[in-house]
Amino acid sequence: MNDLWRMDGATLAATIASGEVTALEVADAHLARIEATDPDVHAMLTVTADYARAQAGRVDAARAAGEPLGPLAGVPLALKDVLCTDGIRTTAGSKILGDYVPPYDATVVQRLAVAGVVTVGKANMDEFAMGSSTENSAFGPSRNPWDLARVPGGSSGGSAAAVAAGQAPLGIGSDTGGSIRQPAALCGVVGVKPTYGLVSRYGLIAFASSLDQVGPFARTVRDAAMLLQSIAGHDPRDSTSVPADAPDMVSGLNEGVKGLRIGVWTESLGDGTQPGVRDRVREAADRLAGLGASIDDVVLPSFEYALSAYYLIAPAECSSNLARYDGVRYGMRTEGRDVVEMNSRTRAGGFGDEVKRRVMLGTYALSAGYYDAYYGKAQKVRTLVIREFEKAYERFDLILSPTSPTTAFKIGERTDDPIAMYLADLFTIPTNLAGACGISVPCGLAEDGLPVGLQLMGPPMAEPLMFRAAAAFEADRGPLPDPPLWT
Amino acid sequence: MAISDEQVLHVARLARLSLTDDEVGKFARQLSSILEHAERVMALASEDVPPTSTAIPLVNVVRPDVVGECLPHDKALSTAPESEQGRFKVPRIIEEPR
Repeated sequence: MNDLWRMDGATLAATIASGEVTALEVADAHLARIEATDPDVHAMLTVTADYARAQAGRVDAARAAGEPLGPLAGVPLALKDVLCTDGIRTTAGSKILGDYVPPYDATVVQRLAVAGVVTVGKANMDEFAMGSSTENSAFGPSRNPWDLARVPGGSSGGSAAAVAAGQAPLGIGSDTGGSIRQPAALCGVVGVKPTYGLVSRYGLIAFASSLDQVGPFARTVRDAAMLLQSIAGHDPRDSTSVPADAPDMVSGLNEGVKGLRIGVWTESLGDGTQPGVRDRVREAADRLAGLGASIDDVVLPSFEYALSAYYLIAPAECSSNLARYDGVRYGMRTEGRDVVEMNSRTRAGGFGDEVKRRVMLGTYALSAGYYDAYYGKAQKVRTLVIREFEKAYERFDLILSPTSPTTAFKIGERTDDPIAMYLADLFTIPTNLAGACGISVPCGLAEDGLPVGLQLMGPPMAEPLMFRAAAAFEADRGPLPDPPLWT
Repeated sequence: MAISDEQVLHVARLARLSLTDDEVGKFARQLSSILEHAERVMALASEDVPPTSTAIPLVNVVRPDVVGECLPHDKALSTAPESEQGRFKVPRIIEEPR
């Protein structure tokens, strides 16, 4: 079977479980696909071939011994290089961690191993997850499998591009302001930002701790739900982990949308959104109505301010989190005459432009005399966004919008204009501020032939409902064209 | 609100970042424009709205005070740029009296 890489995760797992193919053959097929496509796509920072073969070997041995296999056992995965892997280099896309080899596994990495998921590589990303295009990676940008001159989105662009290119049917990313959903939309795959606290952050290299959340990429809604199910649930090593069992996100996938109330976020379909994106999302709303959901408009005026609040809150938290990169306990060091000079030179040489910009912005927003004016006010806007969501969810079960205002932009197009880059996350940020959940599902191609993502948002812990609606939409939509890289 | 070069240098010192002259000018311009955008926030946030620091209402999360599994000493030091006698090594902080 030469085309193992074209299969989705659930199908691969069933094929392995039936004995038709071994996990090792599946891993090798995907490693070969990486070798064939990654010179163009540059989705991977480190290909973990030995690690993958060892993990696949364990799945094959477990099957041979008659042990029960998990629902994703033997399925390859691209892991964003922001999650610590014991003994495997973990860079967070930064020069300052260019040679960092963590001495421990993130909880998510441990859970993936227990599930028998096979990690084939550590995926490229914007430095410390700050960016919307992977152009802030210290190791060069990834490229969109739909058009190699365009960005895959970011910050988890490597994971999204790997899944879209057939390098792995599954991916893991992290989403602080849209960093899973936006690249999923731009690459034409499924991406999920789970409820804050549903997935452990232990071993996730921190960017903005009150917003960061780990989540899945896949080519089908079912695969994404299964992958999230395998990593979700309480972890005593993360004090912000929700102390409850994760909801069952898989068994209700086929229950349809009849009777669900879905609000269409009016402002997200305004003039600032690309016409082809608006058209596909309106058609998606009509499709859901046709399936029996009740669709109505919802106006969310304070969301306009969410972006501004986010660009104070996230840099403030980042400036505090990134203080740890001081050349002492891990990462690179540039010598100086004294400790302060050593710290300052290490950070100047180790951080890229966007990281410096956000560290500076956050330090300023938290400094004496400005705290109340910036950080304090931004936290009040966060309250208003949460209240507006709560009010909307009295009338609706889910809210719908485009995932991003445009399709994939050209590499280099927005690098000189930070605010233009930030606008890519305009529709995804409110969900992070509210600690809620959101999914991006492909809903067709825009007038430029590039993929469009439909975002479905729900209140905290509404994942089962969100996945159900996404699965119903996906089934009714039918298959979409494959990226040119697939032919 | 416009950020001056002096303010950029002050913040850079707080953040332990040495900047080139070009970077000072560039960051002054870029931070000014981002803050101008962010100032729209202020119009909306009135006195009677409480701030939210985290979306999930968990407070004082504690675990039993029992020693658990820890990173072994040598593994914890394995990532350090420089170590000596089982400790992280840094440049001299306090001068010896002469």
